[in-house]
Amino acid sequence: MTELLIRNACVIDPLNDICGEVMDIAVRDGKIVESVGSGAEVIDAGGSLTMPGGIDSHTHICGTKVNFGRYMSPEDMRAGRTARRGHMHSTSGYSVPTTYGTSYRYSAMGYTTALEGAMAPLEARHTHEEFTHTPLQDMMANTLFDGNWPIMQAIHDGDIRRAAAIVGWTLSAVKGFAIKLTNPGGTEAWGWGKDVASIRDPVPHFEVTPAEIIRAMIEANEMLNLPHSVHLHCNCLGKPGNHQCTLETFDLVPNANNKRQSLYATHVQFHSYGGSSWRDICSRSEEICRAINSKPQIVIDMGQVMFGKTTTMTADGPMEFNLYRLYHNKWSNHDVELETGSGIIPVYYSRKNLVNSIMWSIGLELALLTDNPWQCILSTDNPNGAPFVKYPEIMALLMSKRYRNEIFGTVHPDTEHNVPLAAIDRELTWNDIAIMTRGAPAKALGIEDLGKGHLGEGADADIAIYPININETDPATSAEEVIRAFGQTDYTIKRGRVVCRQGTCMVDGKNTTIWVDPHISENYSMDHDPEFAKNFDRYYTVRMSNYPVQEEYIRRNLCIETEAQL
Amino acid sequence: MKINDVVCPFCGCLCDDLEITVEHNRIVAVDNGCTLANAKFMSKEQLASPIRRTGEGWENISYDEAIQYTVDMLLDADRPLLYGWSGTHGEAQCIGVHVSELVGGIIDSTTSVCHGPSILAIQEVGHPGCTLGRVKNRADVVIYWGCNPLEAHPRHMSRYTTYADGYFLQNAFRERKVIVVDVRETETARVADEFIRIKEGGDYAVLSALRAIVRGKGDVVPESVAGVSRSQLERIVTLCKDAKFGAIFFGLGLTMTRGKYKNVRNAIELVDELSRHTKFTITPMRGHWNVYGSNEVFTWMTGYPYAIDFCRGIAFYNPGETSAIDLLARKECDACLIIGSDPGAHFPRGCVEHLAEIPTVVIDPVPTMTTALADVQIPVAVSGIDADGTAYRMDGVPIRVRKVIEPTLPNDREVLKSIHAKMKEAKGQ
Ligand code: SF4
Ligand SMILES: [Zn+2]
Repeated sequence: MTELLIRNACVIDPLNDICGEVMDIAVRDGKIVESVGSGAEVIDAGGSLTMPGGIDSHTHICGTKVNFGRYMSPEDMRAGRTARRGHMHSTSGYSVPTTYGTSYRYSAMGYTTALEGAMAPLEARHTHEEFTHTPLQDMMANTLFDGNWPIMQAIHDGDIRRAAAIVGWTLSAVKGFAIKLTNPGGTEAWGWGKDVASIRDPVPHFEVTPAEIIRAMIEANEMLNLPHSVHLHCNCLGKPGNHQCTLETFDLVPNANNKRQSLYATHVQFHSYGGSSWRDICSRSEEICRAINSKPQIVIDMGQVMFGKTTTMTADGPMEFNLYRLYHNKWSNHDVELETGSGIIPVYYSRKNLVNSIMWSIGLELALLTDNPWQCILSTDNPNGAPFVKYPEIMALLMSKRYRNEIFGTVHPDTEHNVPLAAIDRELTWNDIAIMTRGAPAKALGIEDLGKGHLGEGADADIAIYPININETDPATSAEEVIRAFGQTDYTIKRGRVVCRQGTCMVDGKNTTIWVDPHISENYSMDHDPEFAKNFDRYYTVRMSNYPVQEEYIRRNLCIETEAQL
Repeated sequence: MKINDVVCPFCGCLCDDLEITVEHNRIVAVDNGCTLANAKFMSKEQLASPIRRTGEGWENISYDEAIQYTVDMLLDADRPLLYGWSGTHGEAQCIGVHVSELVGGIIDSTTSVCHGPSILAIQEVGHPGCTLGRVKNRADVVIYWGCNPLEAHPRHMSRYTTYADGYFLQNAFRERKVIVVDVRETETARVADEFIRIKEGGDYAVLSALRAIVRGKGDVVPESVAGVSRSQLERIVTLCKDAKFGAIFFGLGLTMTRGKYKNVRNAIELVDELSRHTKFTITPMRGHWNVYGSNEVFTWMTGYPYAIDFCRGIAFYNPGETSAIDLLARKECDACLIIGSDPGAHFPRGCVEHLAEIPTVVIDPVPTMTTALADVQIPVAVSGIDADGTAYRMDGVPIRVRKVIEPTLPNDREVLKSIHAKMKEAKGQ
């Protein structure tokens, strides 16, 4: 039995309605408990801000495309190197750090859980291997179903139950966590070098539309009783005028679950553009947020862009090629048979560039114009909008109008004619930030009942203590202090153990992989479906028996078993 | 007992449909595999115990002694090199990185003598690729450039391209056009629809000519380029542009001939150019079954795919300086651990001579040419036969190779784990 007592913690724990109360937190064997004995190890927080460990509900840090981002970018690897020290392995990389680099830097910022944003089922083993080497965060994998042949076939046949059964089989086979759709239909069209132009544009050959895929997957998601909702990267990413597509997509979403949203729309910044070309692109964040404010069934993450160098990587192959044709730097693409695609290009977001300045502004507007912080999660779509190490700056921008104005004064001068940011006075509170980085992602992912994202009794003792006193610091006037404090915890505690102390990781650590296993009746089991098996072995290049991710890849894991209505 | 869907641990195709018959813990038959697979599964000449060189010959030693020798050798070295890795599974490669980091050594895989130039090209311009199934189901034009799959990857054409069933092709064999580009008429060239015979060293020029024609600048191309007529080049470009899905595969005939990484860069840029007209992809024909795995593992662990030097604590990458051949040629490295490859058979003479001079340990199931240079050899289970683990196919698809018989020897990761643990102990960690 190990016990820990954190004294004098100034706690913000939105899921338990605690906001700035100074209290003690007791921990036994990795869980929060009512009280501990006198022999417990004691940490005196000295009134510092203490929150549940951070949760990133959309980030690209492990798997085939992430690793290709490293592989093709020695220049990025050189931009962030540390030597082996104590328990810490050497690390490389700035926008796409090595797995240890990612893990240590997240840990130093108080993050203890992360969702990998896109895993192709066929390459799931790779993602899980990298999870193993991301020791200080518990990990989950969004699993890509945007261009899945048997699923599109089932949807075409009007058989949503079959589509759900295939999703369920695949999720448990590849140890995935949730349904991810990246440019649904578009990644299959990209197999011919094409894309879909709207949610009503049918996918070549399969003759289903993105709208049909999205609706069917929302329905299937609820049939399977999955903890998270469908996680959607909308069609038309990055295209001027795409707010129309985003709004039409939002209109498709029923209110299908009373515990959480029915759709998680990711990196909405990239989907909130007005105008018809790069010449007249402008922000449509107001319309987008109006839709979100009237639809509790939708939760978004920001996809904030920050200025500087980064690497874009997504399953959205056609979008990356378009981006490449703008930037002309270097371009990688990796289509995955029967399932999805992906693309990678390095980019530089410049404050002197009008389009980049508008993008920067839109991300902030989304967070400031969404009334309910539970509906807008802080993200950069790491590393697409910026590397996650920029989060503290984003927090400061959201909390301080003064700081915002200061940066706004440095961006392209025409920005103000194209965005509403300057007119927004809202300043987010400490509690808002805690919601956007802890409570809301836990709730949206459906893992608060597993003890994630809060500090109630029985919760996992994942805790971040930041070196800042919120009663003495006015964030509206102290942006620098906010950035410094959120950039490095005094203590990051994972499962009741101090894993990081002022930026130095103290343990080797071991990650837990969280995955789902929907129980499906024999009638709907793909293991006993001759047609599924026949087509599988015929069109994949890996045998069906070699496809599932073996137990060896998820040594420490938490399986969420659900009862499917199938 | 028959075991189905066994993965072949021989070449980068990683065929996973073999049927192996096992009797009394011995493999007695291999079905579906090519001759290379058969030879690998049926080979019987495993060493039974670690051996150490004596004045006259070899003596058997225990695993403990062999491991201790390795630990002492690495800890004593100033510039230790840990080389090979393409013939072992990913879990062992991971420990290899930890060991290298701990001793401040250099870790490099056989990449530096095969597709290293491809990686350098990719690091300049990127890589438009795809998984092999994307090609199998869609490609109506397939180009093999500077490679001879019928010999080196015998089932590549039957599983992934020419002879494979494809979802979008009625009669795959008839509908697919196969183009072979090479300096000699190989067996593969003889089954192609078009054979482009290039004069040795002419790849770069031919690729440039193709790019010019794709761009509509065919008038700058002379009548004949490196022995290839302009009319043939024009015909090829038309075929490519009319394709619904084109796929280029390339081998050492492109990466290791005059122009090296520039050739590959030019080929990638041709694909980039063609991608503006139709769908095109390009894939290196990786040789060893898990050489791509070594690149993947090294990349997520260190940031770089091969030739990584930890001597200053950080991971430092500079192929040409930190690659195995160059280190050995400069006689810089003073101890070497070799695993999952046979440099004694492939390295230039000067490098082999230096290997023979310095203390060298080989971890390998069978005696190889490298054994002749070694001071100690530690036999291990064969990955994919009596040891399981992760491998990455030439297109990046991760597949778990299986254990089809019970091992009598420890496997690579177990041996490396002991080495790592002993080393940490010696360093007081
Ligand atoms: S083609 Fe390669 S992987 Fe396939 S059976 Fe032959 S040697 Fe093995
Ligand atoms: Zn994303």
